[in-house]
Amino acid sequence: MKFADFVCPDAIIVELKASDRDGAISELVSALTDAGRVAKTKRHEITNAVIERENDASTGMGKGIAVPHVKHKMLHDIVAAIGRSIAGLDFASLDKQPVYSVILVLSPVDEPDKHLQAMEKIFRHLNRPRFRKFLRQCQTAEQIKDLLDEADENPAFE
Amino acid sequence: MHAEEDTLGAQVCEADLEIKNAEGLHMRPAMQFVDLANRFDCDVSVSNGENTVDAKSIMQMSMLAATYGTRLKVRAEGHDAQKAADALRELVEEKMFDEPPPAKKGK
Repeated sequence: MKFADFVCPDAIIVELKASDRDGAISELVSALTDAGRVAKTKRHEITNAVIERENDASTGMGKGIAVPHVKHKMLHDIVAAIGRSIAGLDFASLDKQPVYSVILVLSPVDEPDKHLQAMEKIFRHLNRPRFRKFLRQCQTAEQIKDLLDEADENPAFE
Repeated sequence: MHAEEDTLGAQVCEADLEIKNAEGLHMRPAMQFVDLANRFDCDVSVSNGENTVDAKSIMQMSMLAATYGTRLKVRAEGHDAQKAADALRELVEEKMFDEPPPAKKGK
């Protein structure tokens, strides 16, 4: 699976307005509804579901990243949004450090393998220090998109 | 599963595990796996044949993203390697991360 298969290019926020975790999650879900990838009527319920999942167990795994996500019956296809926080967000991360890169993943309930493929892709690259660094340093949504395209073309490099 | 002692007396234990819950090794089970592995002193690694990751790292375990039916090889090295391998096998194959196996579907 490639990033291009599930990351919505119109839902890449290079500068999140939100200053807290739930605000960031809400902003990213809204970006997906604005882009037409999720119905506007579902925005509230999906946002709450992601927050509930996040309260259950933080997806802030350290190194400045968080991958909030939910599997929901109102979702028909897997889709992701990416947000960058300049100031850093408190995600109650494992290393107790702020989160600067948030990758929100929304998945349907009956496609566990697709969800896992997306996770594999995301974490393969989040495990690379250079990828994390560039993701954090990108100044435009275009640059983030370029970073993802590069990762798609070179899945095995550094 | 087999265990052996190397010359320094530390145990090396390997176990072959199969993912049995329908949703596979998504983030929640991966965290349970990592939390359990971290309870032991021994080094623990997990391989899916392609990649080998540190079982004590959630970032790395999340990368495995093993689907239902995937076979993983767990390798534990240290004085409590046997206990670790046993506990991880129980979590994956018996408790199945407290998640359901695939529903039987009629075709």
